[in-house]
Amino acid sequence: MSAGQAVTAIVQRIEIHKLRHGDNLILGFSIGGGIDQDPGQNPFSGDKTDKGIYVTRISQRGPAEEAGLRMGDKIMQVNGWDMTMVTHDQARKRLTKKNEDVVRLLVTRKSLEEAVKHSKGSYPRQ
Amino acid sequence: MDTESTYSGYSYYSGRSRGSHRHGERSRDRHKSRGKDSRSEKSVTITTPPAEPLLGDSAVRGEQVQDDNWGETTTAVTGTSEHSLSQEDIVRITKDLEDSVGLDCRRYFTLALAVVLGLLVFLTPIAFLALPHLLWPEKLQSCGTACEGLFISVAFKLLILLLAVWALFFRQPRAGLPRVLVFRALLAVLVLLFVVAYWLFYGARILDSQDENYQGIVQYAVSLVDALLFIHYLAIVLLELRQLQPCFSVCVTRSTDGEMRHYNLGQLSIQRAALAILERYYCDFPVHNPALLSASKSRAVKHLAGLKVYNVDGEFPAAPAEGPGNNTAAAAAAGLAHSQSRAMIAAAARRRDTSHNELYYEEAEHERRVRKRKARLVVAVEEAFTHIKRMQEEEQKKAPGDVMDPREAAQAIFPSMARALQKYLRTTKQQHCHSMESIQQHLAFCITNNMTPKAFLECYLTPGPTLQYSRDHWLARRWTLISEASVTSGLKDGSTFLLRCGDFSLVVTTKRLPYIQMSEEYIDPKSHKFVLRLQSETSV
Repeated sequence: MSAGQAVTAIVQRIEIHKLRHGDNLILGFSIGGGIDQDPGQNPFSGDKTDKGIYVTRISQRGPAEEAGLRMGDKIMQVNGWDMTMVTHDQARKRLTKKNEDVVRLLVTRKSLEEAVKHSKGSYPRQ
Repeated sequence: MDTESTYSGYSYYSGRSRGSHRHGERSRDRHKSRGKDSRSEKSVTITTPPAEPLLGDSAVRGEQVQDDNWGETTTAVTGTSEHSLSQEDIVRITKDLEDSVGLDCRRYFTLALAVVLGLLVFLTPIAFLALPHLLWPEKLQSCGTACEGLFISVAFKLLILLLAVWALFFRQPRAGLPRVLVFRALLAVLVLLFVVAYWLFYGARILDSQDENYQGIVQYAVSLVDALLFIHYLAIVLLELRQLQPCFSVCVTRSTDGEMRHYNLGQLSIQRAALAILERYYCDFPVHNPALLSASKSRAVKHLAGLKVYNVDGEFPAAPAEGPGNNTAAAAAAGLAHSQSRAMIAAAARRRDTSHNELYYEEAEHERRVRKRKARLVVAVEEAFTHIKRMQEEEQKKAPGDVMDPREAAQAIFPSMARALQKYLRTTKQQHCHSMESIQQHLAFCITNNMTPKAFLECYLTPGPTLQYSRDHWLARRWTLISEASVTSGLKDGSTFLLRCGDFSLVVTTKRLPYIQMSEEYIDPKSHKFVLRLQSETSV
């Protein structure tokens, strides 16, 4: 496996408290992607060779939506674990650990970049 | 349902009995009858029109508008009464008889020539071997074992040559071609020259000097027979093998209805290519039916009949005077005619032509009528077939009462389907292709071979190849080859020629098959490798 290139991104911290639903702890979203998947079929990625983990669906009024997660977000870290170079199954496992009640994600999306660019533009550095 | 057809038949008949048979009038009749049909669905009129004279209107071949109730009022129903001979048919048949005599003379002459040449060729080796024994027997050396072995070889080679020549050359001629077949003529000349050369050598060196070496003479005869066998091999290659490999694609179109077929031919002369095409024409092309073309002809007449040019300004050409005056008058007249035709074309393009409308409705109506008749026919035939049953062997011995052979059985069930079949044939304008006798024969054939009603009907529903119909329907088997290039020259890319027979002709165009450049690519069987392309989505 070849090492990936260094990635620089503007990220947002999102903290999701898992919801107990019967015997399971659910987060309320679906992920797609991974280094063992086909990156060309990802509708959310800008670069079609990006094999990262993306949020493909968010359940209405679930914990993820209330925490601020949006569809199309790329998950960079989960509880400190890197998610840019993992397989799909590893990503699933890291999100669904039974002994964790809270997951802290670092996500990035295009609108974050735009927002930072706008703010840089309106407040020029002295 | 029957009343509907009676009603429309009545309106057609009334249209015809009005004497002048203008096409415009007929179209008006049709419009009127359509209107009447829609408005008076409740009123039912059943009238039987008076009987028509048998040969009165239908003497012209290809009569377009038929009275559909014709069969109900006349008792003698045959196919031949409608297919009366016209003058040109009689002329054509007498010409056939006259010219076939000339063709036979030519055939017999060629046959006689071939037999003479064959005899010469076969008797020559035998003569070479026998003449020394006859002319100088005492001087001749005796024949040893090797020499006698050569006798056997000569005998067998002559036998093989005899069989081979019989197989290749003495076959039933399929056709009479306009010109001599070039390759055959050349081969005959070659054989003749060859044999003459051998005789000259024999005469000069052996007969004159009375050679005693008999073994040498026998070897000379064996060499002649070998060479003849090689010439026969050359004949096979030139006459048979050379045209087997397809080289040209010919497109054959019939001029009257546009039926088109494509065939592959090898390198042939134009007359032999025409022969090959004609043999396939008889097997592949549906039979030529002139009755189907009358509709487009009447439309064409209507296009021309609508306009007439009048000269309002009175521009008369000047009275013809001396030389220059004559020229100007002729030029003026020509110019006038030219401008008249141009005016006609312009007016025809401008006027609102509704003939396409008529064509559409006519075709829809015809289609509907054909389908209705076909449905009635199928039902009638199926019902007729249920009336007879094949008797088993044991039953035949038990009840020898009302047993019929196939012909009688066909005659017994034919009347119940005759009317429906005749109406269908009349609607599809095929009635002159099938006579009552041929229909009954076909029915007996189908009954004998346990065929279903659908199998019996199939040859009436679709027009088959010309060979399927009786011999007199092939009309003239005499075709004329019309070609700009010489008919003994070979086919070339883009050559065209015509084959005319009577009132239609076949237009043939040739195209050369392309030269194909093929290259190879090798694929290692181990190079087929695959990888999974997944796209999973998991909810967390």
